Amino acid sequence: MDDSTTLKKTPLTALSVELGGKMVGFAGYEMPVQFPEGVLKEHLHTRSKAGLFDVSHMGQVILRPRSGHVEDASLALERLVPVDILGLKPGRQRYALFTAADGGILDDLMVANRGDHLFVVVNAACKKQDVAHMRDNLSDVCEVVELTDRALVALQGPAAESALAALAPEVAGMVFMDVREVLILGVPCIVSRSGYSGEDGYEVSVPEASAEAFVRALLANPDVHPVGLGARDSLRLEAGLCLYGNDIDTGTTPVAAALEWAVQKVRRTGGARAGGFPGADVILPEFEQGASRRRVGIAPEGRAPIRGGIDLYADEISTGPVGHITSGGFGPTAEAPVAMGYVAASLSDIGTRLYAEQRGRRMPVTIAALPFVPPKYKR
Amino acid sequence: MLKFTEDHEWLNIVDGVATVGITTHAVEQLGDLVFVDLPEVGAKLSKGDPAATVESVKAASDVYCPLDGKIVAVNDALTDDPSIVNADALGAGWFFKLELARVEDADGLMEEDAYQALVG
Repeated sequence: MDDSTTLKKTPLTALSVELGGKMVGFAGYEMPVQFPEGVLKEHLHTRSKAGLFDVSHMGQVILRPRSGHVEDASLALERLVPVDILGLKPGRQRYALFTAADGGILDDLMVANRGDHLFVVVNAACKKQDVAHMRDNLSDVCEVVELTDRALVALQGPAAESALAALAPEVAGMVFMDVREVLILGVPCIVSRSGYSGEDGYEVSVPEASAEAFVRALLANPDVHPVGLGARDSLRLEAGLCLYGNDIDTGTTPVAAALEWAVQKVRRTGGARAGGFPGADVILPEFEQGASRRRVGIAPEGRAPIRGGIDLYADEISTGPVGHITSGGFGPTAEAPVAMGYVAASLSDIGTRLYAEQRGRRMPVTIAALPFVPPKYKR
Repeated sequence: MLKFTEDHEWLNIVDGVATVGITTHAVEQLGDLVFVDLPEVGAKLSKGDPAATVESVKAASDVYCPLDGKIVAVNDALTDDPSIVNADALGAGWFFKLELARVEDADGLMEEDAYQALVG
């Protein structure tokens, strides 16, 4: 790999290589796409036991209010996201979106209220511009501190609780989207009960010097297998979760992306803190009027996976596409090909039949409910 | 007579009919197969034509027709269970049988040791 010298390493890259990870460049980092077990078995193992993922390439950022009051940081961040941050209680986390002036999505992120500051996790490919965006717009109220000396480890699956609780019993008492500082192997870690696989599980922010020992301790449990980016992608796709850059981007609005649930009523028209975020004049009217196109689940009727970029047509002969696939592949748990994409709003009803043009043939597909695999979050 | 192509296919040629599959090396590169699209029996194909498509958990790849000929059989079992290819690429995981237009065309293909040297 010629570019391996320019790729950044995470605190866990060396361990991934030691474990036989097939390393690829992803968002500027050398990351494992799979381990010797292979994508299919890694996916199924995560759904049946527990998968361990290095997600240290993601950006970890602290927003520390200069006033000392976390509410000030929350209100400041609400300038950039159409999300109720002020209502986020200490010890809780929520999904959010950075929006653009034209209503598009700059990135998706997780925001946690840590009591006296906010803790934000952003996508690897966007973190440079996200940090700059927060510095440019929040520095009057917050100190924006990117944490570059911490690893981020996701442990996902039904055995995640027992595996992590063996090292830190108190994590068993957490519920979905709880966030706590937890002492693990004597090291203070930030643990959230969340993830991006549709499974119950945790994400753990751990100081880089302790990351390898932590992961080795988890991997000593036979229920825990290392999992690469390949299965991470098929897991999140089955769970109906968006991949920024594929399923959402600067050309998609929150309503078109079917992410209305991420915009709480208090930020919508008529809410106490309605608007006040970039693109509100475009985004808020869409809650009443709808968007011209919509993100939907797409179930190919045959066995052939239909991948991102493929056009969708209303019938077998028409020339103008009515939508396209943004993510697609084989769903090992669904035991069928699964996909998502955008279609004209008038064609977005579940059960609508469309045709995907692949290798010169029109293959029938059906608009399907998301997710393809029901979530197992511990509420 | 066992022959190999640079596109990572193997041909087992008996009486002018080549049984064609993809090599263990190709399967290792592709990962777990989840879909195989096979040609129509009776199709006349030229060397280099896309003959079959395989999809793994990672990506789609074409399997090219290794020589000029006519498809005389396909391995329908792969359609139902593509993992047969992962389990036994050189045996039960064969894709199709090709009646060669000219048996001597196979002389230009690689022997096993040359192929093994290629994939190192």
